[in-house]
Amino acid sequence: MNETLSSSMFFGLFLTLAAYMLALRIKKRFNSSLVNPLLIAIVLCIAVLLLLNIDYETYNQGAKYISGFLTPATVCLAVPLYTQLDKLKKNFRAIMAGILSGVIASLGSILIMAKIFGFSREEYITFMPKSITTAIGMSISREMGGNVAITVTVIILTGVFGNIICQSVLKLFKIHNKIAKGIAIGTASHAIGTSKAMEIGEIEGAMSSLSIVVSGILTVILANLFVRLY
Amino acid sequence: MKYLKQMMIILAVSLMGEILHEILPLPVPASIYGIVGMFILLYTGLVKVDQIKETSSFLIEIMPVMFIPAAVGLISSWDMLKNSWLSYLTVTLVSTVIVMAVSGLITQLVIEKGGKTNE
Repeated sequence: MNETLSSSMFFGLFLTLAAYMLALRIKKRFNSSLVNPLLIAIVLCIAVLLLLNIDYETYNQGAKYISGFLTPATVCLAVPLYTQLDKLKKNFRAIMAGILSGVIASLGSILIMAKIFGFSREEYITFMPKSITTAIGMSISREMGGNVAITVTVIILTGVFGNIICQSVLKLFKIHNKIAKGIAIGTASHAIGTSKAMEIGEIEGAMSSLSIVVSGILTVILANLFVRLY
Repeated sequence: MKYLKQMMIILAVSLMGEILHEILPLPVPASIYGIVGMFILLYTGLVKVDQIKETSSFLIEIMPVMFIPAAVGLISSWDMLKNSWLSYLTVTLVSTVIVMAVSGLITQLVIEKGGKTNE
């Protein structure tokens, strides 16, 4: 039975979808922004794998077909961006100032905390690209001499965390402007945060999508300066 | 057929992104070339929003599901992290909150200073 389960490509696919559907029901039941369906689904999948003693590679044989659609889905983010083009043009300066300050805040806060925690240079580089999209972050880490596997882990963790806490953080800091909300979510937590921003609203989603692209590029440029400070 | 046609356009742009990623020596992933490429196609009118609307809404809606496999993969990284997980987690969480607050507040401040409204 276990053999059949784990050798079928449908196992990973089914488990992922079932976990998310169940997570959505749990969210509906409790109706609170603290109940995050993405986090619940991740925990459910991990729990099932550990309980049935199935390794990640087996799960991923099927699950990889879902992650395979990430590139097409990201391409589709151009649609809300295009639909909201007027807002982008009208608020261009504010948007660029927001993303740039966010990228500097990211690199700066990591620099300071790396010093506090006594990180090695390799560890510092590993964390530098944590707020940007995985593929760009990986290449920064690899080219500058970080640990790519840890960088990927930290990037995903940042995204999931941003997805969970964004609504509370925006409320806490009284960020109520829709454009500012989108920029905040996308700059801090890339595509995983953006999937939350899309749920909040189309303007938020469009601005968050834009932030993924711009903050990724700015981080590539600024990481070269920040790496010299450590 | 409508949905297949829409999917075909989206996949074509994704493929173009991967080809650009392959031939250009920049640290830019295929998805970023793709989103910029699709934006240009929409902006120039070569692709109309109606030609991809339903399928793109669907893909965006189910996007959170696409992150689950990678996040489940974190179980394989535990061995690498177990010695310094507390400091790693602190840096990750604190800096995420700082970036979100700073970028959001600055954007909002500049918009409000300019006297431009949200709507």
